[in-house]
Amino acid sequence: MNQSRTLNVVLGIYVAMVFAFVFAPIIFSMIFSFNSQRFPTIPLGEFTTEWYAKILADPDVWEAALNSLIVSCSTALIATFLGFCTAYSDFRYNFRFKGPYLALILLPPTIPLIIMALAMLAWFSKIGMSGQLYSIIIAHSVLTAPFAMAVIRLRLNQMDPDLESAAWNLGGSEWQTMRHVIIPFCKPAIFSALFLTAAVSFDEFAVSWFVSGLNKTLPVIILEIVQGNIDPQVNAIGTFVFLISMTLVVLAQVFFASRQMKSIKT
Amino acid sequence: MPSSADRKLNLYALTWRLPIIFWQFIFFVGPVLFMVAMSFFLVKNYRMTEAFEFVNWSKMLSRGYFWDSYWYTVFIAGVSTLCAMCIAFPAAFALAFRASENTRRWAIFLLIIPFFTSYLVRTFSWFVILSENGVINGMLNYIGLGPYTMLNTNFGTLVGYMTLTLPLVVILQTVTMANIDKNLIEAARNLGCSAFRTIWQVIIPLSKTGLIIAAIFCFILSFGDFVAPFYLGGSQEPTLPILILDTTKSGQQWPRAAVVAIMMMGTLFAIAFTGIALAYRKKKGAK
Repeated sequence: MNQSRTLNVVLGIYVAMVFAFVFAPIIFSMIFSFNSQRFPTIPLGEFTTEWYAKILADPDVWEAALNSLIVSCSTALIATFLGFCTAYSDFRYNFRFKGPYLALILLPPTIPLIIMALAMLAWFSKIGMSGQLYSIIIAHSVLTAPFAMAVIRLRLNQMDPDLESAAWNLGGSEWQTMRHVIIPFCKPAIFSALFLTAAVSFDEFAVSWFVSGLNKTLPVIILEIVQGNIDPQVNAIGTFVFLISMTLVVLAQVFFASRQMKSIKT
Repeated sequence: MPSSADRKLNLYALTWRLPIIFWQFIFFVGPVLFMVAMSFFLVKNYRMTEAFEFVNWSKMLSRGYFWDSYWYTVFIAGVSTLCAMCIAFPAAFALAFRASENTRRWAIFLLIIPFFTSYLVRTFSWFVILSENGVINGMLNYIGLGPYTMLNTNFGTLVGYMTLTLPLVVILQTVTMANIDKNLIEAARNLGCSAFRTIWQVIIPLSKTGLIIAAIFCFILSFGDFVAPFYLGGSQEPTLPILILDTTKSGQQWPRAAVVAIMMMGTLFAIAFTGIALAYRKKKGAK
């Protein structure tokens, strides 16, 4: 028993160390964003909001923030729509070539981003769609649709398949059933998917960097600053981006959790 | 599970089925196929012309620097996978078997957070922490050690890879091991199996599939990442993603970048298929 307790303590410390490693860069970046030294070390310099003031005064950052906002909102809408359609098709229908059909939506995240970036850049140049804000939106919707599909598919799993037939028997058409039964049932998952895909899109830099041309998003700005020099502005932008992404993830989680609560109740 | 073997195709069915087919064919299959085609194009006077020549392939594959880079990338991604799997295992073991359900759920939620923080910013943060007069060397200085060079080394690259992959690997390992039937482990212990042997002969074989899938994901992520080797590894030995980046961004040599990309995809497919085949292989003899 005693030995087991020692083991628990050792394992506990180990887990804490792994978490420390995972969170160290995030926490340090936040600390550095308020630190006066250009090149932070121990001991830390004084508290400052200089870097925040700098990014707030930079019109490029504002423009990038606006671009990021447009891109992630549009991506979320398209990806969630595509994800919903595919999840429902998978739930409701059996058909030939279903394997390849599902592979079509699920494969993109398994391909390294740098390869997707090159392929997208070349293709968009070929069909005359490169260097626009919508190029990023299209690319991101391909990359994030699988996440939306997964979230909504999990929700559909919880639905009693007879519910749909019951609605038909009561005289509802397929379309009415979709509108009054299935979509309301999936609503929490749809919101979850919207926030999740927006968060993924908001942080993506490789594909954005390749296809964006002059329309930079925030991660692309970060990439360009990092390439130049050590500049604590990166930490300030990073902290800002982190707060937005976290808000989105927490919102997604809230909807996810509320949906679980409901399924317990019913 | 589909609610009914609904095979009839009407407007309603097509409305839900077609959008993704349409979208992914234009914006996913299209780009990938075009990239394959592009690897046969020619570049003349900095302009790409459509052709069907094997010049890019023969040029790239006969270059020493390509193969150096290729094997280095395979090697460093392999080391990264090994490190991530070994570092994650004790933590996942603790979370799967020693922690309460609630703790485990919280731990997994916390580990999801890094996926939504900018990987670039985290890498930059490591850059500052690891540098010659950064936080770690600053602390070591107090006890009279260092400074150590950690940036622009393989160690730096690996720290970056771990930042990227460790959370995912811990999550996958934890979920896999938490799903093992606890009775089997109890039985092994009751029959006098030592703790180590239980891990080696009961837990690992039972979670083989999940472990291999975690390793595959880790390899794919490390293999395709350009940020860690570039900023933390100093790209002295460029990895394949850096090679793609350089060929695309600085020169107009997109076709050659496509060759590198296709070689990467081929390698990843080969490794993923081997891994999956291993994961689902029926055990011979045992049991």
